[in-house]
Amino acid sequence: MLAAEAGAATSAGWFLENAWLFPAVPFVSFLLILFFGKKMPKKGAEVGIAALSIVFAAALAAGVQWIQHVNDAESAHSTEETHSTEETHAEEGATTEEGHSEEGATTEEESHDEGALAVGGGRSAVLGPVLAVPMAEEGEAHASVPPVVTEWISDWWTVGGIDFQVGTFVDGQAVMMLFVVGLISLLVHIYSTDYVHGDIRYTHFFAFLSLFTASMLLLVLANNLVMFITAWELVGVCSFSLIGHWWEEQNNSNAALKAFLTNRVGDMGLLIGMITLFFTAGGGRTFNIYDINVAAASGTVSQTALTVAALCLLAAVMSKSGQFFLHTWLPDAMAGPTPVSALIHAATMVVAGVYMIARLFPVFFEGMSIAGGSINAVALIGALTTMVGGSLAFVQRDIKKVLAYSTVSQLGYMVMALGVGAWTAAMFHLMTHAFFKACLFLGSGSVSHACNHSFDMKTDMGGLRKYMPKTHATFLVATLALAGFPLMSGFWSKDEILAGTGGFGLSEKANGNYQLMLVMGLITGGMTAAYMTRCYWLTFMGEWRGANSPNAHHGAHGHDDAHATAAAHGPAEHDTVAGGHVSGHDAHDAHDVHDAHGAHGGLPHESGPRITTPLIILAALAFVATFANIPGQFNFVPEGWRLRFEHYVEPKGEYFPTISHAEFSPIIAIISLIVAAVAAGAAVAYYRRAEAEDPMATELANGPTSKGGLPALGYKVLANKFYLDWLYTDVIVGFVKGPLARAANWFNQNVLDGIVNGTATVFKRTAGFTYTVLDQQVVDGVVRGSGIGASETGGLLRRMQNGRVQGYAALMFAAAAVLAGVFVLAV
Amino acid sequence: MWLNQFLVLGAVLFCIGVYGVLARRNGVMVLMSIELILNAVNINLVAFGAFHQTPAGQVFALFVIAVAAAEVGVGLALVLLIYRNRSSIDLESVDLLKG
Repeated sequence: MLAAEAGAATSAGWFLENAWLFPAVPFVSFLLILFFGKKMPKKGAEVGIAALSIVFAAALAAGVQWIQHVNDAESAHSTEETHSTEETHAEEGATTEEGHSEEGATTEEESHDEGALAVGGGRSAVLGPVLAVPMAEEGEAHASVPPVVTEWISDWWTVGGIDFQVGTFVDGQAVMMLFVVGLISLLVHIYSTDYVHGDIRYTHFFAFLSLFTASMLLLVLANNLVMFITAWELVGVCSFSLIGHWWEEQNNSNAALKAFLTNRVGDMGLLIGMITLFFTAGGGRTFNIYDINVAAASGTVSQTALTVAALCLLAAVMSKSGQFFLHTWLPDAMAGPTPVSALIHAATMVVAGVYMIARLFPVFFEGMSIAGGSINAVALIGALTTMVGGSLAFVQRDIKKVLAYSTVSQLGYMVMALGVGAWTAAMFHLMTHAFFKACLFLGSGSVSHACNHSFDMKTDMGGLRKYMPKTHATFLVATLALAGFPLMSGFWSKDEILAGTGGFGLSEKANGNYQLMLVMGLITGGMTAAYMTRCYWLTFMGEWRGANSPNAHHGAHGHDDAHATAAAHGPAEHDTVAGGHVSGHDAHDAHDVHDAHGAHGGLPHESGPRITTPLIILAALAFVATFANIPGQFNFVPEGWRLRFEHYVEPKGEYFPTISHAEFSPIIAIISLIVAAVAAGAAVAYYRRAEAEDPMATELANGPTSKGGLPALGYKVLANKFYLDWLYTDVIVGFVKGPLARAANWFNQNVLDGIVNGTATVFKRTAGFTYTVLDQQVVDGVVRGSGIGASETGGLLRRMQNGRVQGYAALMFAAAAVLAGVFVLAV
Repeated sequence: MWLNQFLVLGAVLFCIGVYGVLARRNGVMVLMSIELILNAVNINLVAFGAFHQTPAGQVFALFVIAVAAAEVGVGLALVLLIYRNRSSIDLESVDLLKG
């Protein structure tokens, strides 16, 4: 048995065991581009693309090896069922001193009504009952699959007897993220070679794309929380740098600062949560994620500690993953170049928070008592976010902001899914969302290229389906996926989340009974369909409005040198022809103009192949991802094809809590489909009426919001983003800047300065007294007195020194006589 | 007894010597008075040595005579130099160390 397991452990796969390569390659690329990029023929872009190609190929290889690893673990499990597969963990060097406690087993029994197969044996006789692994409904035994944990440096540094390590922690979740980050980053690199072509900081841009990818991969692979927070901050820095890519404009650098500072708020939570876990979980004093998870899942950590840690970590999630009330930075982050928005603010970085919940899921699962509950902080924050984001997306006229709020909303879905215990659904949605949201963002960039470099849907877009067939087709596919059109990936992942809530008994085998989450999720599903229909309609349907736009025909560009050279490029690079130039009505508009396109007028054109190819690949994936997790009850599909995502990505083992998997619910699927169809239909009907009134219209002339009353009030609230920015900027910052600052100034001037002045006065008086009395009289008196005394005594003694030998001799004899007298009388 | 007579003689010599040291203005006379004092001591030493039947007193006396000879040598040399400088050996006038 040992030999077999040792074999299984060693055959984990080269890419899984050498996962340090994943962050290392793009990091080297970052350094190369930074130092040598400007001298390279393609200004550093080729290095980035090569590095990302390596990463993506390695991610594919790692994926294959991970699947092999899971299969190996399962075959070992099925042939040797009587043996404890848990011992594999011991061989991996992980702490397995404590198995699942009774609590763990209890939750399991509560949530599962299934027979449990004890796989204890050998030394685990005591642990036998608690190592029970539930049988899946198909009768397929869930083998425990150990993660591949590798330490690069076993003692990075040691403080107080605690070794800080550097290492990688590879499991299905990490491999899935490697694939997603690698792929989207690669496509964004390719896209960017066209999109930011001729930009003044082209090389810098690619360098930071590489650094960002390296940081994100490091975050994904971190095996302890110290590494995790390091990578977490690094992606924050990259985000800051890329949002502020065109920092010459105040708006952009403000947006970058806002993103950075808002994230600081949450980072404090991450730090506190991390420290809480350090002192409470994993047998005490460890940052090791595996140990913490094992401890949390086994129930050996106090519930209070886990709740505190989970709440603190939730704050970090709220800032990084744009959850409601710290989400305000995310839409502003659209000030960055569009590829950055696609890569960072839609597909990868913002899911870091979601990834963190998934990575430390036992902490949240136990700390928030997710199993059997009906509401908890994570699910509530997620559900609120998804509605807030969805509603705000309605009132944006900037296509990127629609997508940004949509991202907020979808991130809310993921957090909500994790909050209700639907782990697989959350990760599946993370993946599908990455594909279609990246496609939408890159599509919006392509559209903007054609439309005066503006992102304003109302003034510069419309009717583009005729001019940009490829962009249109891919955008449509991604829109359908996002809106939850059946058979598209977004439909399945969203439906899994809704089923995972287990509300109203509509789905079976959910973890709890989260009715509120189901209702909010369904409403958001409807809103998503409606606002994406609006976005799609304004962009691609109707007539092109760009010709009359204030952004069009602005004539001469203020091109700098980079543009001058770009103007010499051949037509192949210039098939994206833009209308005129700029305005400045929105932060990024003016800047996307830095792409080196000439100031032609005329109708919009399709973008070049380096832009459309990534779009096509992503759109294809938005559809293909459907098949990654086919519901388990679809008996017409071979069993080996069903629930593959759950099978390979979801962790199995004692470092993961025993969660229940909600089954596909036809009722929920139909309800959500109806809601989405009605919402989308309403939106279409609205715009058809508007179009009938005026082909160029973007809204009904006398729509509901123009009549006052509740709709107008609602519009006003949404247009002001629920007054959150007002709350933060005017109320909180304003209070700090205004009354609080004045009060502080008054306090400073009167109280603090009073104390200081008073102290100074006291000291001055004391010093004066000391000088006049102590120094001048006492001390100087003593000094002078001793001088005078010495002088007087000297004057007296001087007389004896008459210089005559006989005088001295007389004294000597007198003294001797006295001495003799004393001796005679006294002795 | 007979020791008293020697002690009285020593005491008388000592007093004469002390008077000579303190009262004479001539440097040579002062040196001679010092010799008187020393010899008064010698008489005492020899007398006590005889009284106690020990040669130690006489040995001390011999040492004192030897040292006194050296002392007179140095003292006369000083007086000679004073005379050369000042053409006088009046000790009253030798008061350069007066404070």
